[in-house]
Amino acid sequence: MATERTLPGAAMFRTRIALRRLQGTLFVVLAIAVVAASLASLAFLAADVLGRGVGWLDWQFLNSFDSRFAERAGIKAAIYGSVYMMTFTLLLALPLGVMTAVYLEEYAQDGWFRQPVQINMSNLAGVPSIIYGLLGLTVFVRWMGMGRSVLAGACTMALLVLPIIVVATQEALRAVPSGIRDASYALGATRSQTIWHHVLPQAFAGILTGNILAASRAIGETAPLITIGALTFVPFVPEHPLDRFTALPIQIFNWTSKPQTAFHDLAAAGIVVLLAVLLTMNSVAIILRNRAGRAAGGGRR
Amino acid sequence: MVQQVSEATSKRQGPSLPDLIPSATPRVGMPAPTDEAIEDAAIEVRGLSLWYTRKQALADVSLRIPRHQVTALIGPSGCGKSTLLRCFNRMNDLIPGVRIQGEIDVDGVNVYAPGVDPVEVRRAVGMVFQKPNPFPKSIYENVAYGARINGYRGDMDELVEQSLRQAALWDEVKDDLKKSGLALSGGQQQRLCIARAIAVNPDVVLMDEPCSALDPIATAHIEDLMRELAQRYTIVIVTHNMQQAARVSDRCAYMLAGDDLIGRLVEYGSTEQIFRNPRDPRTEAYITGRFG
Repeated sequence: MATERTLPGAAMFRTRIALRRLQGTLFVVLAIAVVAASLASLAFLAADVLGRGVGWLDWQFLNSFDSRFAERAGIKAAIYGSVYMMTFTLLLALPLGVMTAVYLEEYAQDGWFRQPVQINMSNLAGVPSIIYGLLGLTVFVRWMGMGRSVLAGACTMALLVLPIIVVATQEALRAVPSGIRDASYALGATRSQTIWHHVLPQAFAGILTGNILAASRAIGETAPLITIGALTFVPFVPEHPLDRFTALPIQIFNWTSKPQTAFHDLAAAGIVVLLAVLLTMNSVAIILRNRAGRAAGGGRR
Repeated sequence: MVQQVSEATSKRQGPSLPDLIPSATPRVGMPAPTDEAIEDAAIEVRGLSLWYTRKQALADVSLRIPRHQVTALIGPSGCGKSTLLRCFNRMNDLIPGVRIQGEIDVDGVNVYAPGVDPVEVRRAVGMVFQKPNPFPKSIYENVAYGARINGYRGDMDELVEQSLRQAALWDEVKDDLKKSGLALSGGQQQRLCIARAIAVNPDVVLMDEPCSALDPIATAHIEDLMRELAQRYTIVIVTHNMQQAARVSDRCAYMLAGDDLIGRLVEYGSTEQIFRNPRDPRTEAYITGRFG
């Protein structure tokens, strides 16, 4: 078509510009379609849940215990249970996970020890959560005699999120520029001074992001809690780590399995609360990551 | 000890070259024949070889680096000049699998002797890197950090000011010492790194291509600064820039990796001699730009 005005040297090639352009356009269209599809399913879920649950969302719902009557039922015990469990989970998993990552990344020599540990860490992250539940039931609930308590739940959840925290922390540590380490060592800092003064502060936001994501994973998990026998009907706020408890996903699961439709709407309201919590946590993680990216220096010119 | 070294241009009756065939190089412990001229050596390397796991990177390097002068290590990429530099403050110890044979005396102390802690060595032998790498902290904290971890007992404000003055940065930053070191320009950052390195009162300052990430004006700044600093410190610089070596250094060591990729010292002498009258044809080829 464009033979009347060819650029020099074009005779050697069969350029097919139109076709190559078309391929590009097709790819963009496909990408947009895929994004739209996933957004649509999310929007559908949100609309369905909001439509059914929003009418139930009031202070009474948030501040009441479960009840046989849908009008009087609430998620107070579940909120408290989830918050307590989350707190204990992080108290256990955060120091363990971060220290493990520091050891693997900064101290362990490549070789017969580190490699298998590293591979198994990735495997652990992929183990179905119900397996962790069974482990928790055997070890924490039975052997260690914690009973079906908040603490047993937190220990189980800590195991579940540990690989996530370790891997995320390792990535954050690896992202610290090597120039910072070199500079520190060259001034006569020891390895531990270098880690504490420079590497960990630099990696802090990344580590925090990983931990928040791990926490949001834990807050949504249901299977392990059912396995260890978290209660579904809890008319009290747990006051002691060894008290029995329920959690948001368990409460939701319980309500959906009831025959009355009012409870199904109640479950929708619970899902809205859970989604709001998750969304908040993930947003905080993203904000922290962006702020850290800026503080790390790249953008300051 | 007689201080008859000083100007590189003074006497220079040819130091004979360490031969390139390893077996013909001076044995460990024997002073290399190039060293007659250097009475007061800040660094003395004897029979240094280095391996990265199995692969050898340096073979039998021996040389004496004079005090309070600028010595340049030159040579094409992969000749081992940076590796040699990083031996002087034992930075190579941080790389897993590195094995070192031979001795390096800094001020008469063999830094590779058993019982010598590399952490102490690095305080006494400072280093400036290729890419400016200030800590993401304030200018003040950047300079104070090394002194602080090493337990400095004097007045910190004074030390920071002094170090920044010596690095020719004080006038530019004295009003905002609290500003992040990362907010400075590239050349300023590199001078901050120099200030940081000299704040721990080192004997030797190593510079690993310190200007390769800088523009010509910042480079000129740093080069002037090197000449200044040489009055108080022994400077060893790695550079791939011939003109820079000619401008700033008193002595030059030309290194080259042969077909076996093992770096060796080819020729070592005053900068004047190396550039005007290279004894080894390979040095001449490199100096005149025929390769590398």
